[in-house]
Amino acid sequence: MSEPLLHLSHISKQFPGVLALDDVHLSVRAGEVHVLLGENGAGKSTLVKIVTGAYQRTGGDISFDGRPLQVADPRHAIDAGISMVYQEINLAPHLTVAENVYLGHEPLRSKLFRIIDQERMNRLAGQALSRFHLQIDPATPVQQLSVAQQQMVEIVKAFSTNARLIILDEPTATLTSREIDELFTLIRKMKAEGVAFIYISHRLEELPLIGDQVTVLRDGRFVATVPADTAMDELIRLMIGRTVDHLFPKRHVQAGERLLDVENLTRDGVFHDVGFSLRQGEILGVAGLVGAGRTEMARAIFGADKADSGRISLEGRPLDIQSPCHALKQGIAYVSEDRKGQSMALGMSVQDNITLAELPGLSGPVLLNAGAERECAEKYRKELDIRMTGPEQPAGLLSGGNQQKVVIARLLATNPKVLIFDEPTRGVDVGAKVEIYQLINQLVERGTGVILISSYLPELLALSDRVLVMREGRVSALLNRDEATQENILAAATTGTEQAA
Amino acid sequence: MRKLAPFAVLGIMVLVLGIAKPRFLATGNLLNIGTQMAPVALMAVGQMLVIISAGIDLSIGSVLALSGVVSTLLMAEFQLPLWLSLCAGVLVGTLCGWLNGLMITLGRIPPFIATLGMMGVARGLALILSGGVQVSVSDPNFSYIGNGRFLDVVPLPVIITLLVAVAGHMLLQQTKMGRYTYAIGSNREAAWLSGVNVDQTLRRIYTMSGALAGLAGIILMARLSSGQPAEGEGIELIVIAACVIGGASFSGGEGTVLGSVIGALIMGVLRNGCNLLQIPVFWQRVFIGAIIIIAVFADQYRKHRQQGPSG
Repeated sequence: MSEPLLHLSHISKQFPGVLALDDVHLSVRAGEVHVLLGENGAGKSTLVKIVTGAYQRTGGDISFDGRPLQVADPRHAIDAGISMVYQEINLAPHLTVAENVYLGHEPLRSKLFRIIDQERMNRLAGQALSRFHLQIDPATPVQQLSVAQQQMVEIVKAFSTNARLIILDEPTATLTSREIDELFTLIRKMKAEGVAFIYISHRLEELPLIGDQVTVLRDGRFVATVPADTAMDELIRLMIGRTVDHLFPKRHVQAGERLLDVENLTRDGVFHDVGFSLRQGEILGVAGLVGAGRTEMARAIFGADKADSGRISLEGRPLDIQSPCHALKQGIAYVSEDRKGQSMALGMSVQDNITLAELPGLSGPVLLNAGAERECAEKYRKELDIRMTGPEQPAGLLSGGNQQKVVIARLLATNPKVLIFDEPTRGVDVGAKVEIYQLINQLVERGTGVILISSYLPELLALSDRVLVMREGRVSALLNRDEATQENILAAATTGTEQAA
Repeated sequence: MRKLAPFAVLGIMVLVLGIAKPRFLATGNLLNIGTQMAPVALMAVGQMLVIISAGIDLSIGSVLALSGVVSTLLMAEFQLPLWLSLCAGVLVGTLCGWLNGLMITLGRIPPFIATLGMMGVARGLALILSGGVQVSVSDPNFSYIGNGRFLDVVPLPVIITLLVAVAGHMLLQQTKMGRYTYAIGSNREAAWLSGVNVDQTLRRIYTMSGALAGLAGIILMARLSSGQPAEGEGIELIVIAACVIGGASFSGGEGTVLGSVIGALIMGVLRNGCNLLQIPVFWQRVFIGAIIIIAVFADQYRKHRQQGPSG
């Protein structure tokens, strides 16, 4: 095991106006899980796209299995034995799970006429899915699956190509603990068979569990390669060049008046009899497995989806929320979990994105007020420290963490009384994560009520005053801060063990 | 940078034609182009709104005909006053546009299909109401709208088009509705979750497109001093081409009113230039098609090159 399977040396990548990678090295051995660590914009995705052929390097050498590697496009990489699971889902929504998993390497009934052996494909897909303990019918169209299920299908797809090197970009971002365990078990199995992994993640506590070596990038440059059990503080220092005192800052705030009351909220087949109350200055965490109905419940409160029955009251007044427009006017705001698909108008400027929800308040009776919009955008740029070249920059060019800040700014501009965050730090790097946590603290100090939906238990446990656990559409438990532990939450999320509220 | 491209194309065309045929630059000729393209430019303003919202309106040619026929019929057969008939015509166009909007929002019918259906219905009604023949109008005031000149120089259609273009530009750049139009085209779900009343905005957009098609129909038939049920057949493609050359993208979220007017002018200059150079009519269609392809290719190429790293 002396010769590395993949060896990258002096890799550089020049884009018009930007040197994305500058003299980067990476060595991955067979049977090793090599973690790639760095802030958003550090160059991790760029480096990995060079290995898979999505980008062409402008300098340096790549050798794979002892031989120099030329990858002109992703097809070459797959043929060479390199496979990747991207951060964004790249499945064809109208095709089935089996068709997606075997896309490009379908089992053929007749090589001459290229006729696909549908039965064998479905059978093989079924086997691959059960290796992961996934209860998904391989004939299901992918668009009917949840985001986490789609992510698992992506992983199954990468593992099905008999690859020697598999690259995983934030694979656990949309998964819950149970699915993460399945993934890690399978990774370990494949390690033993000699498969190498490049693993990109922002979840530092995962690294010692699954990683062997860690390579840190910063601003497109190689910083260091260290063992995966290196202390978190040291890793953060390597990543951002300074120390971070508290990864999960929490300020304790005296909860005020009752703010939001939800009673018997139901949507047939999705969630039933959901009820809770939220006080001013309180952070209510919402935990649960994928499919538990958390996002659906939140969207119903926000008026984005209909509810069949139930009552919602704000400050004692019953509300009948028909649309997000209505909810925002009443003071309820919602930050979606799907940044790219549901939140960002990527082609519009950062400023236009920030002012979008508050436009009625920022404009005159007929015309918009450019000055007021500029002020608003600048106010939130400062408050949230949004890194951008200027307010006119197309929002799509910002990093994930900064895009998330833009979305949050947009909703903060409406001065909400209740702010519902749905997976706010998914795909966001350490530096920006801490800033978002600090923002949440500031919000509750000002008396805003926060509902925090998160699958990332360390963040949920650190920030929440109480934790609502949902299971299969119902409230399974309501835990106080001192009762809430990883085990209790998981127990309530999976078996529905009741706890005293 | 990209926004300057249509200007550049127009500038080059004017330069080349001006050198090849100095007659091109004569005031009379230039104003003539303006008059001819006025209906196209009017509809392009409305179509630009629609395309920015990630939709399409294929019915404008038929709505143009129906509005013009209704106006002329009211004048010729029912002797209604000029202003009343013209208002009725624009109202017909507005109604068709509003119905498009209803189909698309409440009916959840894709814009392509809804407006394709309206295209057939409106054209059919125009032919039925007119009996398939032209409706002559003797009132000289009607003809003045299409042929008259303000201060004896600027054709009325050009003035009307300029006023509409300025209003359209202001709507798109300086009102909430304009911003919401861009947002809906850029990411409809994000607009919805940000509190935009998507359905209401879309209905307004299609209603405006219909109203402008109605206005275009009246101006066009005023020039001919008669209602022509077959007018405007195929004009929707010229209008859409003008928008695309002017910077619109079918995926939505991009384009300007100025761009659509420049696009219409480019089409007009092209036609006029071909006539002056005595290039056969059929070749004009080849050129129009080629220009559309080149314009969009250049735009896509520039967009692709700008694609930067993604962390």
